[in-house]
Amino acid sequence: MSHVFVVYTDDEPGVLNRVTSLFRRRGFNIHSLTVGPTEHSGVSRMTIVVETDELGAKLAHAHLEKLFNVQRVEQLSRFPSIVRDLVLLRVKADPDIRPQIMQLATAFRAAVVDIAADSLILECTGSAGKIDALLDVMRPYGILEIGRTGAVAMARGAGFYGVQSSYTASESITPQR
Amino acid sequence: MELSGAQIIWECLIREGADTVFGYPGGTVINLYDALLDYPAIHHVLARHEQGACHMADGYSRASGRTGVVIATSGPGAMNLVTGLANAMLDSIPMVAITGQVRSNLLGTDAFQEIDVTGVTLPITKHNYLVQRPEDIAPAIREAFAVARTGRPGPVLVDITTDAQKARTRFNWEAGVPQRHLRHIPKEPAEASLEQACKLITHAKRPVILAGHGVRLSGAETELIALAEKLNIPVITTLLGISDLPASHPLNMGMLGMHGESWTNKAVQESDLIIAMGMRFDDRVTGDLKTFAPHAKKIHVDVDQSEIDKNVKVDVPIVADLRAVLTALLPRLETMEHADWLSQIRSTKGEAQAEAILSHEGLIQAPQVIHEIWKATEGKALMVTDVGQHQMWEAQYYKHEVGLITSGGLGTMGFGLPAAIGAKMGRPDREVWIVAGDGGFQMNIQELMTIIQEGLKVNIAVVNNGYLGMVRQWQELFYDKRYASTPILSPDFVKVAAAYGIAGETVSRYEDLAPAIQRARAASGSYLVEFRVEPELSVFPMVPAGASLHDMLRRPARAKSAAKKKGAQR
Repeated sequence: MSHVFVVYTDDEPGVLNRVTSLFRRRGFNIHSLTVGPTEHSGVSRMTIVVETDELGAKLAHAHLEKLFNVQRVEQLSRFPSIVRDLVLLRVKADPDIRPQIMQLATAFRAAVVDIAADSLILECTGSAGKIDALLDVMRPYGILEIGRTGAVAMARGAGFYGVQSSYTASESITPQR
Repeated sequence: MELSGAQIIWECLIREGADTVFGYPGGTVINLYDALLDYPAIHHVLARHEQGACHMADGYSRASGRTGVVIATSGPGAMNLVTGLANAMLDSIPMVAITGQVRSNLLGTDAFQEIDVTGVTLPITKHNYLVQRPEDIAPAIREAFAVARTGRPGPVLVDITTDAQKARTRFNWEAGVPQRHLRHIPKEPAEASLEQACKLITHAKRPVILAGHGVRLSGAETELIALAEKLNIPVITTLLGISDLPASHPLNMGMLGMHGESWTNKAVQESDLIIAMGMRFDDRVTGDLKTFAPHAKKIHVDVDQSEIDKNVKVDVPIVADLRAVLTALLPRLETMEHADWLSQIRSTKGEAQAEAILSHEGLIQAPQVIHEIWKATEGKALMVTDVGQHQMWEAQYYKHEVGLITSGGLGTMGFGLPAAIGAKMGRPDREVWIVAGDGGFQMNIQELMTIIQEGLKVNIAVVNNGYLGMVRQWQELFYDKRYASTPILSPDFVKVAAAYGIAGETVSRYEDLAPAIQRARAASGSYLVEFRVEPELSVFPMVPAGASLHDMLRRPARAKSAAKKKGAQR
């Protein structure tokens, strides 16, 4: 099954390499990986989606925590959480069927962000399932290009989240709730 | 105080207590070596190969408990460290490697002797650094030492560009206090786990302690013995756990695993509780995981969370420093006896070994060499081995009272000689013996010169059977005796030693064994004895790879004749 990890790391060159190398050497396939800054400078936040069994996820978690540059790991698949993907989608759209496509896009709350003579670009945010559905609907019109971010995830509720103070963060491997 | 980056490196090493370092100069560390002349407090040991230097730092660390330091130049120099770093990584040895790197403006251009060293060593170091500015040197080195020692120890590499070594900056030791390693300081043992462990221990009828390298790394030898004695639980060790307690201790049953003794492997299989301490259920230890210790509940104490449930599913994991765990467990447990269980194991202990070294006819048997060295040194020498058959015989027949230094996880041939040099420098007060095979000894034989250069007294036993023996053994047992590339020619080892300035002799008769060993010990300088032994002797007992731990190939009744005629018996 898919496991979602949120990993807080030092914002340094080479950290991404260390993280991905850990999965590579164990033969885990990374489904998606996103990196971005956090509310604290010097700290990056990764969302990693990996296909593996329970034991694999447990060991991956432990190995992530061992990496010197990793400050904290949350395994979101164990908790109610929000997982979102963003897609940019270039669809073939001659002027006569443009309105039809735009109408469908509205149903998915996708925005039209560019219009060219024979195509347009849609932008849509949502769960992986919703985006897959949008792709299915657009496919008959002719999908010319897909750009997808991969998952960004966050736990729901009022737990103690985000970048924690200084360097004592690794105390809570999993959120206390 | 303004200093060059090179000077800062030495200032840091001195403050970290590294008074002995091992290395080899080259183009990108020429600044570093130039500055070395102004730091007489540092003793630099010039090896003859960077791999040798790396194993020396490793052996030095294992013998002294300090962090080993190795220095190499960029490109080929750093690449020659790779095997040594991997060896230290798999055996959790605290080490700091400092490598020179090309000028920072040449990084990534395939400049002369440029290799992406931090990239190459990423999976074989605990952590590594690429430093391009002189002001970043002190914090990186300080953190490197802290990381190497924190939690589960390991090697850390600091790659420093030549311009960073050359440029001057204000040296500020205080500002570089490492902090980030604090994330990885082991936690206190969890109360609930300790309670569960105590419950299991109290109810066990046939418990065994499996002691690994972690005992020594955590400095928990005394606590381990105290717990074993209080509870009268037999202690069975891994190869790297041999140093955990003296062989003469009545509760020490010996080594388990692929070449463990029948009584230890059987005890593990029949036990109802395994208390694993600082060991990681390596495949050479467990045999087939499906049939490993089927009746036993398992308590696993390890400082590394990622070892828990990795190979063997455990009932009570305790992730903490082993010494802290033992200290917490001791007062919680009442004295126990386990008399029947102990006498059951002891009843067969030692018999098979004794029989194997009885026959004095014909060629010398390698175990007899080990046995004689043990007798002469009364088990009190610091033993260093290479890798292969002799390594297993050494583990079986030398009854270690002091310690064993050997390459466990990586099984690195060529480790022994340089590691012994490092070990002797780490513990000059110890009698050091190196036992090596004819194959492995030729892998880093150039370090004989380092022995002379440093004026060291080490005793060298080369067990020469004319084969890459362990592979030959597998070929005999599992590949229909097809000896592909395992017969190996050797030079006259005594002449080679003499050329380096080391005295020695060749022994091929049983009655010459003990006198030769005595001459080696009595010699004022290092001494090499080449033992010509029975070529086709195999190490038994043996659990074939992937077989169950109790499914051993036993020692043939009369070691020589039986092995030749019928092959091994089940």
